[in-house]
Amino acid sequence: MNNWWINAILALLFWPGLLSGALFGWFLLWMSRKFIARLQGRQGPPFYQPFFDFWKLIGKKTIIPNGVNPVLFYALPIIGLISIIFALALLPVPGSSGISFEGDLVLLIYLIEMPVLMDVIAGYVTRSVYAQVGATREAILTIAYNLPFLGALIALAVRLHSFKLATFAAAPISIATILAAVALFVALLAQLKVNPFSIPNAEQEIVAGIHVEYNGLPLALFELTHALETSLLVGLISILFIGPFTSIWMKLLIFFVVAVVVILLTNITAAGTARLKVQHAFKFYWTWGIAATVLVVAAALIL
Amino acid sequence: MSNIFSRLIQTSRRRSPWVYRINAGSCNGCDIEVAPCFSPRYDGEQIGAVLQGSPKHTDILLISGPITLRTQEMVKDVYQQIPSPKAVIALGSCPASGNVFHGSPTIVGSAEAVIPVDLYVPGCPPRPQAILEAIQKASVMLEKGETRSQREVSHE
Ligand code: SF4
Repeated sequence: MNNWWINAILALLFWPGLLSGALFGWFLLWMSRKFIARLQGRQGPPFYQPFFDFWKLIGKKTIIPNGVNPVLFYALPIIGLISIIFALALLPVPGSSGISFEGDLVLLIYLIEMPVLMDVIAGYVTRSVYAQVGATREAILTIAYNLPFLGALIALAVRLHSFKLATFAAAPISIATILAAVALFVALLAQLKVNPFSIPNAEQEIVAGIHVEYNGLPLALFELTHALETSLLVGLISILFIGPFTSIWMKLLIFFVVAVVVILLTNITAAGTARLKVQHAFKFYWTWGIAATVLVVAAALIL
Repeated sequence: MSNIFSRLIQTSRRRSPWVYRINAGSCNGCDIEVAPCFSPRYDGEQIGAVLQGSPKHTDILLISGPITLRTQEMVKDVYQQIPSPKAVIALGSCPASGNVFHGSPTIVGSAEAVIPVDLYVPGCPPRPQAILEAIQKASVMLEKGETRSQREVSHE
């Protein structure tokens, strides 16, 4: 029992939780910015940029907008952050001492939704028109991108007869896995809010979207949540590919390589496309998302 | 421990200056010169500078134009919305002296009269290199606690 607690705390705080999740997420975010900059012919930010952005925000004074409940203003990012840390701890990365039980996939899906929900509420709470428009768009987009996301995960669960993430990470690579990874990737674009689905945080259009009134510490927490979300969602795709390898170093290497490839593909898409309108994004997910889901389910059941 | 912490925050102030700009009646020349600072040729992102859309996310305020009477209140308002520590850079000759608009009855003619300015970038318009240099100097001032927002708070 005692051991279980130590393992759980290790998983929450170090690997794969807060510390490594943040470092990995910052690394992936830096790579996104650098890669986009290189595609645009610029040099791009230095390696440590997201790290310093975070600490600078921590060091700033926080202004709470008039008429906004301060408790709510601080609570929303904190709840989002805590849920994403718990979600990360469930991820069966190689070498994780983590918590694993039958049905943890369901819990993970719920926890992934929490920061999104907090974002939407934050948009409405801060009483800015821009934030409200952003929140509406994010809420609509959630319904859209969850279709391929949940579809792919459920299809894999049906194929492996298990709702346990550790089984996902141990399963051999098949056509169904690859199709599921593609469906997860399509959903990832909207989950990370990059072009063409950067609709909720459309800069130049609705200023900074949902976080327009957020500043200082709460904004830093939102940014940290975004970094952790990035490592979680990219990691979720990566673990589908580590099954066939036995040595832990090999597993780690494959995990890392797949994550980097996914981020590069995301940013090629982001740099090569323009922002869609929310109705077009919705239509995209409800036609191609359904097509991808049907394909994954068919592959999972037949092959 | 708290020493390391404050050192880290000071360094990150230098490494991550986020920029917001207001046009207070400028002829647009200065604003056009800000855009190339973030283009492939000059690429301000190398020093961590990013253009932000909301004053709430800002560290450095770029102000251009001679501060017309109609924008005066808005400039003050935007300045107050920026969470401290913050630095203000006046772009071009207009916010310093009124420049070609000098003597006009519709301008204040001096940014200093409205908000505390930390750095002036001379020129009409200034070159992008000069603007980037000012951004870098302002971020060093933020690190050392030398901006007027920081000094005036510590006097209180
Ligand atoms: S300084 Fe020159 S370029 Fe800049 S706003 Fe004034 S007149 Fe225009």
